[in-house]
Parts: sequence; structure tokens; C-alpha cells
Amino acid sequence: MKDWRVALAQIAPRLGDVDANLEVHLARTRSALEDNADLVVFPELSLTGYHLADQVPEVALTRDSEPLRRLQHESREIDIVVGFVEDAPGHRFYNAAAYLSQGRVVHVHRKLYLPTYGMFQEGREFAAGEVLRAFETDRGPTGMLICEDLWHPTSAWLLSQQGAEVVVAIGNGPTRGTRPGSGITSIGVWRELLRTNAQFQTSFFVFVNRVGCEDGLSFGGGSMVADPFGRITAELPALDEALVVADLPAEALRRARATYPLLRDTNLELVHRELERLRRRRYELPGDPGHSEEEDIE
Amino acid sequence: MSDDTNGQPAGAVTDGDLSIDPAWTTEILTRFIAAEVGRTGKAKVVLGLSGGIDSAVAAELAARALGPANVKCVLMPYRTSSPNSVGDAEELVRKLGTPSETVDISSMVDAFSQASGEVGPLRLGNVMARARMIVLFDRSADLDALVLGTSNKTELLLGYGTLHGDLASAINPIGDLYKTQLRALARHLDVPRSIQDKPPSADLWPDQSDEEELGFSYDEVDRLLALLVDARVGRDEVIRRGFSAEMVERVTHQIVRSQFKRMPPVIAKVSSRSIGWDFRYPRDWLS
Repeated sequence: MKDWRVALAQIAPRLGDVDANLEVHLARTRSALEDNADLVVFPELSLTGYHLADQVPEVALTRDSEPLRRLQHESREIDIVVGFVEDAPGHRFYNAAAYLSQGRVVHVHRKLYLPTYGMFQEGREFAAGEVLRAFETDRGPTGMLICEDLWHPTSAWLLSQQGAEVVVAIGNGPTRGTRPGSGITSIGVWRELLRTNAQFQTSFFVFVNRVGCEDGLSFGGGSMVADPFGRITAELPALDEALVVADLPAEALRRARATYPLLRDTNLELVHRELERLRRRRYELPGDPGHSEEEDIE
Repeated sequence: MSDDTNGQPAGAVTDGDLSIDPAWTTEILTRFIAAEVGRTGKAKVVLGLSGGIDSAVAAELAARALGPANVKCVLMPYRTSSPNSVGDAEELVRKLGTPSETVDISSMVDAFSQASGEVGPLRLGNVMARARMIVLFDRSADLDALVLGTSNKTELLLGYGTLHGDLASAINPIGDLYKTQLRALARHLDVPRSIQDKPPSADLWPDQSDEEELGFSYDEVDRLLALLVDARVGRDEVIRRGFSAEMVERVTHQIVRSQFKRMPPVIAKVSSRSIGWDFRYPRDWLS
């Protein structure tokens, strides 16, 4: 990777109002450009807001829709990561993140893990993404994750194995109360998640969370950057909108990977073998030791 | 920059821990009030001040969120209300510098009693709560304001409130805080001592006491609720942790029995898209 300067755009999208949110994106993108950032990152569902329920099809955008075309236009000068509802072929609606650069869509990541428990109902609103790919950018190999994706350790691992050196994770993390000494509890949890993922994958992790309220949910903000040693190198305030520029020095990545050659030492053959065994067992495929021979003969 | 892990990662699961960070809780709640009021295109709230800790905390939060001039406090004593309650509420109004108004609901309530015949203390208490609701929603229309709710999580879970009375509001900043937690918040917000120290009372008749009526102290029931509700600890486990089977039974029963008070009315589904089932939009729909 080359040195990156990334702008973290911690905003409070207006629920269901794509036009108003687009204007905020354009204004923040210009600010990031003035700060000489190479990339500006917006939170999950930054063009639509979170608690959409039946509004999902009403705010969904195709990749060639006007709002995304306008942002693509801006991306001739600065790369942009934006969160939106994708109206995909077959009218599957995905919670998606687009990486825009040089006037085009470089990559779209569709959220893999849709939380559908407790206060979350995403499995009802969205189709789940099924593909996870790192991709090349001007400044180096990159990957994107959306919120819950990061809670599954295999996501960051797969991106790193594919060569990602920077992982951009965007979120809509709500607060769940406070504790003496640690303040807003959810922010501490995200900090740990980011630090450990960065340390284990010896990669940069950029996390951009939203702020603002929807139906009593307060989103925490506290966007941050962790370096390949697992150190938090930039952190935005909780609860308030902010735009902060953070530097990702390529030198730190090289030094971390030289010091901790964890990726070099990954035993893909071991993982593959054990995974194959688990897969056979889970889906009762031939070759599973618990599988009867009679069934195998068929 | 920071290698500090804050000791234990602060998990979302509480395991019955009622402690809060009052400063950060205030930050969340004042932003909540400002955002929810702002998105309706309004600037003001109106709330009933009883002289108790719940409405005092709600008023403090609203004054910080919107500025004191945008918080209308309404004192609504009945003729049997404790004079101390009115005095404490007036002291809070002076401290906050908010506009206020006193509406004596005695004539409204007594007119109802006269028209409907004798009602017992419980029903009269409900009538008082609903008379106050009428005043607050009327003032909200007059002032282009939202009614700020003042029910706490303990009351809401136990059903200790009047449907369409004190349970009615547009937004409620304190409905996810137990009474015990509100006390911590009241200390942080510097609510007048007389309000912090008085025994909790619905003040529907002289010398009424919440804790006597409920049959347990707020400290005790809050610890139990935090385990049962927040941490989802099972019945047997909370008994093992020292709560009496009778109390667990009673509290569980009260939570279940009062579920209707926490929900909109049940609508019979006879169409393809019904409110509540498959017509699903957030309250903050497009605002």
C-alpha cells in the first residue's frame, strides 16, 4: 500500500430522505478534499438512515441512479465509500457499501450478516450478501465490511487472506447504555473489536459509525482507526457529527508485518481441510465420518 | 495513540448492574430530546411537574436540551395534593428559569365525580391522571409543543401508571431508566435536595407511598428487574441469588399483566396490509 489519508465522515443521516443526505455527502466530500484526503468514508446506510422497515424499496437505488452518479462524479477527485440500499437485479434489496473512484463504481460490498435479533430486524428487510472480495484501489488492496460483518472474525480474516491491507468497516451501531468509568458501553466494544481485528490481521482498520436518533435509538459515533499493531490512532467524539482526517502510513504496515508475520504463517491447507470436514458433517455429505456407508453408495 | 483498554471491555450485557455514567447518559438524553423535538418542526415541550424526582429529571434534561424558555412546566395539584409537592415543583421552576403555570384540577375532577357518581380512590386517581393529560395535551396544542413523558422503567414494567393518563406522552426521555438510576441522574443534574430525598409517591391521596403500595422498595425491585428483564436471568437463578419466590412471582405477574399498557390497542386484521402487522414504518418516518 501507499500512504493513505482518510477522512472519517461521522454524520447523522435523515431517515428516508436520500436527497437531503446526498447534499450532506457532497458537502462533506468537499471538506475532505480541502483536507487533502485520498478517501472519504461515510457510515452504513448513509444515504437513507437505518430504521427503514417498509421504506426499504422506497429508498433503494440502482448503481446507475442519479444520487450514486453524482457521487461518482465527485469521485474523480477523491475516493468515496458510501452506504446505500441497493436495488439489485431481480429486485433484491441489499444493505450495501460502494467504493467510488475516478468517476466509477470500483466495488460494491453487500452486507453478509444481517442481524435479526434483539432490536435488529435486518434479515426481514434485506437480502444477505453472499460474496466477500478484496479489491484494488489506487493506493492499495482494500476490503469493505458493514457493521455486523465485523462481528464474525472470518470476515476480516478472509479479506486479509485475499491481500487487503486496509479494511473499511462502516456501521450503524446504537448505544446500549452507559457505565461508570467506561462511558457509552458500545463504543468500548467497537474499540476492542477494531483493535483485535487490526492486530490479528496486521492491517489498518477504518471504522465509521453514524450518530443521531431514530425512534429512540441513539447511534454512538466514536468512529476510529486502528493501525496494524492494534493501536487506536484516531478517534472521533461520541454522539456528535464530525469529520476527522487520519493518516495511514504504509511504513507501519510493513513494520507490523515484519514484526508479526501472522499472515505469512497462516496454514491455509489446515483451515481448508478442517473446513471441508465441518462442511461434510454440517450438510451430511459423503465422506463425513458420521455418515452411513449405505447413503454413500448412492 | 491509546493503549488503554479500559480494563474489562464494556459489554452490552449488564448482568443486573444498575450503575450508569450519569454524565454520558445526560449527553445521550439531551440529544434525544433535541432530535425528536426538532424533527417534528417544533422547538418546545410541555410537561407536568409533580414535585417528584421523575418529572424533575425530565425537566432538567429538557431545559438543557432546548433551553429553559422552550420548556413549559405545568403544576396540576388536586385539592388533596401535598402542599410540599407544589412547593418543591415551584423551587425547581425557579432553579431552571422555565416558564410555568399552575392549573388546579380539583374543579375538573370534582365535576367528573359529580356527573358520574361516587368513584373509589383508585378510579379517582385515574381520573386525576387523565385530567392532567387533558391539560398537558391542550397546552401542547396551544404552544405548538410536544408532551414530554415522565414515566420511568420501573413503573412502566410494573404497570404502575394510568393508561391515557400519566402514561400518555409524545416522547419520553426517562422510560429506559429505573428509579434507582434516575436517582443517580438527579444527583448529577443537581435536582433540589428536597425532591431527591422525599419518599416516592403518586400523590393521588394524602400520604400515599409507592413502596408501600408496591410492597417492596425500588432498590430491591430494580435489582430484580435488571436481572429478569435486562440480563434475561431465569426465575430459578434469581431465587438462588436471594430474591424470594413470592416476590419473583408477583413481579413477573405484574409485568405480564400490564403488557397492554405498553402497547397500542389491538387491531383485528381483516385486510392485506394492517397497521401494526404489515404496515411497518418507524414513528420517525420521513422526518
